[in-house]
Amino acid sequence: MKPAAFQYHNPLTVEDAVATLAEVAPDQGRILAGGQSLVPTMAFRLATPEHLVDINGIEELGRLAIEDGVLSIGACVRHAAFHRPVLEGGFGAILTRMAGHIGHYPIRQRGTFCGSLAQADPSSEWCLAAVTLDASITAQSTRGGRTIAGADFIEGIMTTALDEDELLVETRFALPAADTRFGFVEFSRRAGDFALAMALASFRLSGGVMIEARLGIGGAEDRPRRIGEAEAELNGQPPGTPAFEAAAAAVAAELDPMEDAGTSAQYRRELAQCLARRALESAAS
Amino acid sequence: MTDKHDLTLTINGFDHAITVDARRTLADAIRDQCGQTGTHIGCEHGVCGSCTVLLDGVPVRSCLIFAVQCEGLAIRTVEGLAEGDELHPLQRSFIKHHALQCGFCTPGFLMLAVGILENEPNIADADLRELLSSNLCRCTGYANIVKAVRAAADELREGR
Amino acid sequence: MAKVLGQSVERLEDPPLITGRARFAADINFPHQLHMRVVRSPHAHAEIRGIDTLGALALPGIHAVWTADDISDIGPVDFRADRSVEALKPYRQPVLAKGRVRYVGDPVAAVFADDPYLAEDAAELVAIDYFELPAIVSADDPPGEFAPGTGTEATIIPYSYGDIEAAFAEAHAVVELDLLTGRHSGVPMETRGAIGRYDAANDILELHGAAKVVHRNKETLIRMLGREPSGLHLYESHVGGGFGIRGEVYPEDVLVLVAAQRLGRPVKWIEDRMEHLMCANQGRQQHHRARMAVDAEGRILGIEDIFHHDQGAYIRTHGVVVPNLTMCLFTALYRVPAYHARAHVRLTNKTPCATYRAPGRFEASFVRERLMDAAAAKIGIDPIEIRRRNLITKAEMPYTIAYDEPEAKDGEIDSGDYTLLLDKTLAHVGWDILGPQLKARRAHGELVGAGIGMFLEEGGLGPSDGAKISVDTQGDVEVITGGASLGQGFETSMAQICAEALGVDYRRIRVIHGQTDRIPYGIGAHATRTTVMTGNAVNATALAVRGKALDVASEVLQTPADELVITDGTVTQRGKATGPSITLGEIAGLLAPASKNRGAHAPGLAAEEFFNTTETVFPYGIHFAVVRIDGETGGVEVERFVVAYDVGRAVNPMLVEGQLVGGCIQGLGGALYEEFAYDERGQPLAVTFADYLMPTAGEAPDVEVLLTEDAPSPHNPLGIKSAGEGGINGVGAAIAGAIDDAISTPGAVTRLPVTPQRMRELLRNRQA
Repeated sequence: MKPAAFQYHNPLTVEDAVATLAEVAPDQGRILAGGQSLVPTMAFRLATPEHLVDINGIEELGRLAIEDGVLSIGACVRHAAFHRPVLEGGFGAILTRMAGHIGHYPIRQRGTFCGSLAQADPSSEWCLAAVTLDASITAQSTRGGRTIAGADFIEGIMTTALDEDELLVETRFALPAADTRFGFVEFSRRAGDFALAMALASFRLSGGVMIEARLGIGGAEDRPRRIGEAEAELNGQPPGTPAFEAAAAAVAAELDPMEDAGTSAQYRRELAQCLARRALESAAS
Repeated sequence: MTDKHDLTLTINGFDHAITVDARRTLADAIRDQCGQTGTHIGCEHGVCGSCTVLLDGVPVRSCLIFAVQCEGLAIRTVEGLAEGDELHPLQRSFIKHHALQCGFCTPGFLMLAVGILENEPNIADADLRELLSSNLCRCTGYANIVKAVRAAADELREGR
Repeated sequence: MAKVLGQSVERLEDPPLITGRARFAADINFPHQLHMRVVRSPHAHAEIRGIDTLGALALPGIHAVWTADDISDIGPVDFRADRSVEALKPYRQPVLAKGRVRYVGDPVAAVFADDPYLAEDAAELVAIDYFELPAIVSADDPPGEFAPGTGTEATIIPYSYGDIEAAFAEAHAVVELDLLTGRHSGVPMETRGAIGRYDAANDILELHGAAKVVHRNKETLIRMLGREPSGLHLYESHVGGGFGIRGEVYPEDVLVLVAAQRLGRPVKWIEDRMEHLMCANQGRQQHHRARMAVDAEGRILGIEDIFHHDQGAYIRTHGVVVPNLTMCLFTALYRVPAYHARAHVRLTNKTPCATYRAPGRFEASFVRERLMDAAAAKIGIDPIEIRRRNLITKAEMPYTIAYDEPEAKDGEIDSGDYTLLLDKTLAHVGWDILGPQLKARRAHGELVGAGIGMFLEEGGLGPSDGAKISVDTQGDVEVITGGASLGQGFETSMAQICAEALGVDYRRIRVIHGQTDRIPYGIGAHATRTTVMTGNAVNATALAVRGKALDVASEVLQTPADELVITDGTVTQRGKATGPSITLGEIAGLLAPASKNRGAHAPGLAAEEFFNTTETVFPYGIHFAVVRIDGETGGVEVERFVVAYDVGRAVNPMLVEGQLVGGCIQGLGGALYEEFAYDERGQPLAVTFADYLMPTAGEAPDVEVLLTEDAPSPHNPLGIKSAGEGGINGVGAAIAGAIDDAISTPGAVTRLPVTPQRMRELLRNRQA
C-alpha cells in the first residue's frame, strides 16, 4: 500500500498554483490539499496522479473570514477550524456540530473544508451544507475565475463542476438571518464513519409558522440535495410533529437511494426519513 | 519516474537530513529514514491511528502526509515524550491503568492523547471518549485507555 | 516478602512499549535486506494460463520475481504434526499458486526488490493471464469439484452419544433453529511480518517476526524445507496481537526463508492491511440447523446439530480443529443426555479459515444458548430458570462427556460450580431490580432487554512444557520458556510465578520466550494453555532452583534447609530479621564452575524442569448484556455488559480482567459490527478498515468483570485455569438474547452480526 510515484509541486501563490495545474492537469495532475481522502486512494493505487500540486504553502488560502455578511472559507482552512463556532448563533453552532462528524480528530486537523467539496463524496457533511445553505464556490484557473452555486457544484459521486485545470480557492456562505434555526443529524455504523444518511434542516419562524425552510439529505443518493417537496410541507406550517412527519414522509417518497453490499435502498430511505424528522426536531428545540 | 527531494525533518527537536521520493509517506520516512520506529504503521489508509504523531502541536496521521510536505514543521513522536528517564504523565498512567496489552497501538494513542490534552486540557469525559474513538486498539477494549487518559488529564491540570 | 502471585502488579512488558523502543516485525532490519511483495489473485477462482515477469524484472532495483515454477521443490504449507490427517492433504495451500487460484488474495508470484515502494511498482507489472472459473461462495451451495477426484466437501465429522431418536420421540417440546455466525477474525493491529535471514557461517536459516507457536512452526518448516532441526531457528520479538490468527505458518513465511537462502540476502516482508484483510486466517462462518428436545420442565433430553463449516479456499495449518471444537464442548455446562452433531467441512472460494480466539466455541455458544432461549419461550419459563434447571451441579464434578466416535475428543471437566456463578452474576447485576426496571421501560415504549450466555472453556492442554531458570552472580534471574507473548502479559505472569516460588522480586526476572535457539521445546501461546502449562513448568523449575539454593545456603549458614526462607533474593533463617544470611547472587557465585566452594554441587544456580499433564482445565463463565435499540435506525447500543468468569486462580487479576474486557469488545465486534462479506463472484467486500468495522472507544461499553476463584483446578499445583477466551465466548449469545428481549420477540436473532439494517428487518418482520 505504497503510493505510485509522482512529481511534487509546491507553489507559494495561487497564481503559481493555477499555472502549474494548467501545465500538469492534462498529465494526471491533481491538487493536494489536506490529502485525507486523496492519499488513502493513492495508497490503494486507486488514484495514481503523476503530479501533485500541494497548495498547503499558499498562505492566502488559509483565510477564514466573516465580513459584509459573508463567511469566506479559503481552500486550506481545516475542518478543525470549526471545532469551535466561527461565529455566534445558530449558523456557527451548526457548522461546529457538522464538523464533529467528519472522520476523526486527527483527520480534521489536516483535511480541509474546500477539499471535501472538491472530493464530492456523497456522505460529505460539507457538501450537504454547501448544497442546503447555498454556498457559492470560487474556482480559479489561468483562464480566470468563476463562481459556482453550491447546488450546481456537485454533479455526482466524486464528480464536480470543476474543470481539471481549476483550483477551488474559496467557498462563501451568505450569513443566514440571525433567527434562523438549524438542525443536523447523521447515522453511521461507528463513531467517525461515513454516514449512511444525514439530514440538515433550517427554517425561520414568522407569526408562529415556518418560513424559508430548507431540508437537505446527504449520504443517501449520489449527491446531497434539498428535497423541495419536503420543504413545501414545512413552509407556512407551525413547527411540530405533523409538519415534520409530513416533510419526512416527503423525503422518503422523493429519494432514490443508493444501494451497496451492506445497505439496501429501503433501509437508506427509512433512515433518511427518520433523520429528516430528527433534524427538524433538533432545529425546533 | 523518480522525484527525489533533499530535506530536513525535525523530530523531537533533532534534525534529520534525508533524501526521499516525493511519494514517501511521513510515517515511512520517520521510521526508515530517521530510524524512529516507535511510530507504527497499522493500516496506511488513515483509519487505525497507530501512526499518529504531532505536527506543529496537533495530532495527525503520518501515513496520510508525505515527508516532503513536512520540512520546517515540528514533528513529535512517542520517543520524545519522556524526558530522560522521567516518563510523561500519560506514559505513567498507561502503565498504572493497564492501558496497553500488545502495545502496538500505544504510541499512536499516546500521541493522540497528548495532542488532545495539550489542545483541550479541560475536555469533558464524553468528549474525551469521542476523540479517543479516533484510534483503534484490538486488545484492551478501550476502557483502560480512557481511564488512563482521564487520570493523566486530571494530573496535568492539577500540575498546571 | 509480600505475596506476588495473585497480585495486580504492573507489567514488566510496558516500559519499551510506551517509549517507542519495542521491536515489532517491521522494526527489524538487516543490512542489504531485500523487500518482498506478493502478487495476488484478483479472482476468487481462476485458471492461471500464463505469467509474464519480464516487465517487472526490467524495473531498476528488482532482483527476482518468483512464480510456483521457481519453488517447485517446496510442497504446500503443511499441517501441524498433531493436526495432520491424510485425507485432508489435497486441500493444503501451495506457497505460490500453481495452475489455479482459489480466493482473492491467493499468492501467485513474489517480487524481491531493494525497497518496498519499488517492490509494489514491480508487482503491478507482473502480467498474469487468468481464465475465470465459477466460484463457490457459500458452504450452503452444493459441493463441487476441488480438483479432479476431490470434492469441495473435505470431510464430515461426527460427534454423538446417547439415544438421540428416543430423546426427540419422548420430548414434551422441540425447538428447531436455523442459525448463522458471520465471518470475522482477530485482525490484530500489527499486520503479519516475516524476515528471513541465512547465517552462512553457521548454516542456520533464521525466521524473525515469528509468533505464537514458534516451536511447532519450526517443526513444520523443517519438514517443508528439508532442513535439520539445528539448522533452522525462529525468533519472536514484540507481537502486536495474535488472537489465534497471527503466528501460524503462512506462505509468506516460507517464501522469505527460501528467498533468503537462495538470493543470498536477508528478505523482509511486511503485510499491508489490505493483504491482511484478504489473506490472514478468517473464521466463525458456520450455518447451523439445530434442534433441541426438552421435557415439560424444560430439562434437556437431546440436541441435534447439523452444520456447514465454511472453510474457505484451503485447509491451513490447523486442519479441521475449528469444527471439532464447535462440537466437542457444545453441550458445555448443561446436562444433555443425548447429542448428535455432524460438521460438513466445505471449501469455498474465499479466504481460508482457521482458529480465532475461542474457535468453534463462540459459534457453539451462540447456537446452544439460542436453543436455551427458544426452549424457555416455547414452554413458557424464564430463560434464566431453564438454564438453572439444566446446569451440571458441583456434586457431579468431575464430569465426563464421552463420545461414541473414537476420534472425537472427550471432555473430562475438572471442577466447577456453575450455579454459584449464576447466583453471583444475578446478584452483581441486581437482577431483582434490573429485571422489573427493564420491563417497565419496555412498557413505556423503549426497546431495552437483557440476555445471557453461559459457556464452558477448555484450556491447559498438555502434554508437556518445560522451563530453564538460572540465577546470575548479581542475583538476577533468567527464565527461559517455550511460551509466547502476544501482548497478554506473559512475561509478567511468568515472572510472578517464578518470584513467588523462588523468593525474589519479580522485577529482577527476565523472561525469554519464542526463541527456538534458547530452548528446544515449547508449547507457545494458543488454546489458552500458556499460563497453565508454561506457568506450572516455571513453578516447578523455580522450586528446583530454590531447592538447590537452600541446599547450598544450608551448608554455608549451618542451618537445616527447612529452617531457611528466601525473601527478596536473600536466604535467612526463618523468623529472624537479623542474623546470618546469603543472597542468591552469592550462592550463584559459590556455584560457578571454577568456584573452590562449589563442593559436589553441579555448576550454576540453575535448573530445568517440565510440567506434564494428561488433564485439561475447564474455566467457565457467564455473559450478561443489556441493550437498547433505536427502533428507527436499527442501531444497537450496549448499555451494560458483565463478564462473570471463574478462572480457578488468577496469577494477576489485572491482566485477567484485561483479557476478559478486550475479548469481550472483540466479541461485540463479531456480534454487531464486523463481517467479511463477499459478493456473488467471491470478491471480498471488506478489505479496508473503512469496511471492516472493528469497535472503537465510541462503541465499547465499560465492561464489568466479576472474577471468581471458586473452582481452582485440581489438575495443577497452582490451581490455575485460563483466561484468554473467556471474554469473547458468550458475547454473541448474550447479545442475541438481549435483542430478542428488547423487541419482545423470542428467537428473532438468527444471524450475526446484527447490523442496523438487519435490526430494522427484524423489527419490520415483527410488525408484519
